[in-house]
Amino acid sequence: MTAIAWQRRRATASRFWADFRSHRSALVGLGILLFFGLVAVFAPVLADPAGLDVTKATAPAHAAPSADYWLGTDQNGRSVLTLLVHGTRVSLIVGLAATAIAIVIGTIVGVMAGFYGGWARSTLMGFTDWFLVIPFLPLAIVMATVLGASLLNIVIVIGVTSWPGTARLVCAQTLSVRERPYMERARALGGGDWHQMTRHILPNVMPLVLAHVVLTVSVAILSETTLSFLGLGDPTRPSWGYILDNAYGTGAMSNGEWWFVLPPGLCVVLVVLAFTLVGRALEVVLNPRLREGS
Amino acid sequence: MRGYVLKKVGWSIGTLLFVVVFNFFLFRLLPGDPIGLYTRGRNMSPEQLIRLRQQLNRPVGEQFVEYLANPFASAINSTRFNRPVWEIIGERVWPTVLLVGTAVLVAALAGVWLGIRSGWRRGSRFDRITTGTTNTLYAMPEFWVGMMLIMWLPFFPSGGINSVGVSGFFATAADTLWHMVLPVTALAIVYLAEYTSIMRASLVDELRQDYLTLARAKGLREDLVRRRHAVPNALLPTMTLIFLNLGFVIGGAITVEYVFSWPGLGLLTAEALRGPDIPLLQAVFLLFSLGVIVFTLLADLLYAVLDPRVSTQ
Repeated sequence: MTAIAWQRRRATASRFWADFRSHRSALVGLGILLFFGLVAVFAPVLADPAGLDVTKATAPAHAAPSADYWLGTDQNGRSVLTLLVHGTRVSLIVGLAATAIAIVIGTIVGVMAGFYGGWARSTLMGFTDWFLVIPFLPLAIVMATVLGASLLNIVIVIGVTSWPGTARLVCAQTLSVRERPYMERARALGGGDWHQMTRHILPNVMPLVLAHVVLTVSVAILSETTLSFLGLGDPTRPSWGYILDNAYGTGAMSNGEWWFVLPPGLCVVLVVLAFTLVGRALEVVLNPRLREGS
Repeated sequence: MRGYVLKKVGWSIGTLLFVVVFNFFLFRLLPGDPIGLYTRGRNMSPEQLIRLRQQLNRPVGEQFVEYLANPFASAINSTRFNRPVWEIIGERVWPTVLLVGTAVLVAALAGVWLGIRSGWRRGSRFDRITTGTTNTLYAMPEFWVGMMLIMWLPFFPSGGINSVGVSGFFATAADTLWHMVLPVTALAIVYLAEYTSIMRASLVDELRQDYLTLARAKGLREDLVRRRHAVPNALLPTMTLIFLNLGFVIGGAITVEYVFSWPGLGLLTAEALRGPDIPLLQAVFLLFSLGVIVFTLLADLLYAVLDPRVSTQ
């Protein structure tokens, strides 16, 4: 029994990979993500963390790129490259952790609303619609101000403000899964609500949520950059937005210090674009109805 | 139709109530001494402080009822400007409307045009290039685009709405337009990506409809099939989505206004959170939420007018 199940799973996985591989842009995105992932994991090896300490900086401030400092230095004489390498970690951690929070809240609300239907659905989805109406960035700004600046708070703020989209998607999927014959079979065999939700609904809803997850990460990283740029990030954990905030605050643009402004933004664009490309490809692979031109 | 309108208006009122309640309680979560936060950086007599403390010491329910009575007449002044918050906001509304309105108009026109061209010839080289470019533009933070523009186009003014010493109506208007070039470009670039993909998706949805086959069968040229039949129908959802986006777009202008020191609501938000100026932040947040609710309602009603099928369902 299990051998057959595993064989089937392996076949599905290889078919999925073959499908995914046919999207060239998605492979490029995957490559970019792999690169930044490795940079994030090996950040302390690639660049000495001591370089983040303002008091230990020895280089001149606002220095142009040179053999010692490939991307010049910031207003405190810290190497911009060191900041970038360690910023990769912060941006990816915040993006992934915030998405995890959003997905957990969104999935719980969505499955409950879709499974129980009736007044539970109207209440939960009405609540979700309200949250959709509150403009995201102002809400995140207000919450970040109220909670105070720390890495954990930024994660919470972004996570708590980005779940409504997931909840709607999961609810819609649950509604369609609920009516299928195998659910009736599960009920007839005496499966309880919990069993039905975790064993039958979740596994069938999850594939579609996966594509949504990847797209949510890209939005979360953009949000982190924006909040840090506005000075709401953790000052002890420099991220890409924090570098841009410093560049803006010390007049890097009017002095033409491109090495201070260009690279952090480019990193954001690359990572966000990579997540978007992978997410779009996953959407098409997992939901054949979206396939164009067929 | 009447039932539909009533339903939508009712929903908007309910949402408005939720936003007001949320706005009241969110700011009650503030850590620390509220008196210190509300009065930071101001000279206040001990009697004033005692009065303020008495106000805040009353039961939360009582304060809430008072707040509900008129959320737009905040009794407490802004801590930064030392004036009633709604007076300050009133001065800042028009610059934002001007900036965001222009950017949305430019981006919508260009986005619809690009979306039509790439959606109609789906999979063509033009389509692939457009889609690739929109994906990239979509990934750019607005404020970074603004910073790059300031750095690389230094002959445009980098901040403010008017230069010092310009007088006369036409000279001022021209000067404002000159100042608008960079911020409008930064905003429009990012919105453009969104509008193009919306228009493209709507048009692609129409491509397989039977009425297009009929139009071709009766001998219409391809050009006319697109202009008279496909595009008008694809414009419906696009218009609604653009309208729906307007409320959120205002929030997106925060960072761009901050980068270009554009004296609108966005810059005001950025200034308010540096304090933090809690009363001001609370009022601005309420206004942004209100904007989204109003534009959502307008989008729903507009859709019903443009497409009668919606209201009869």
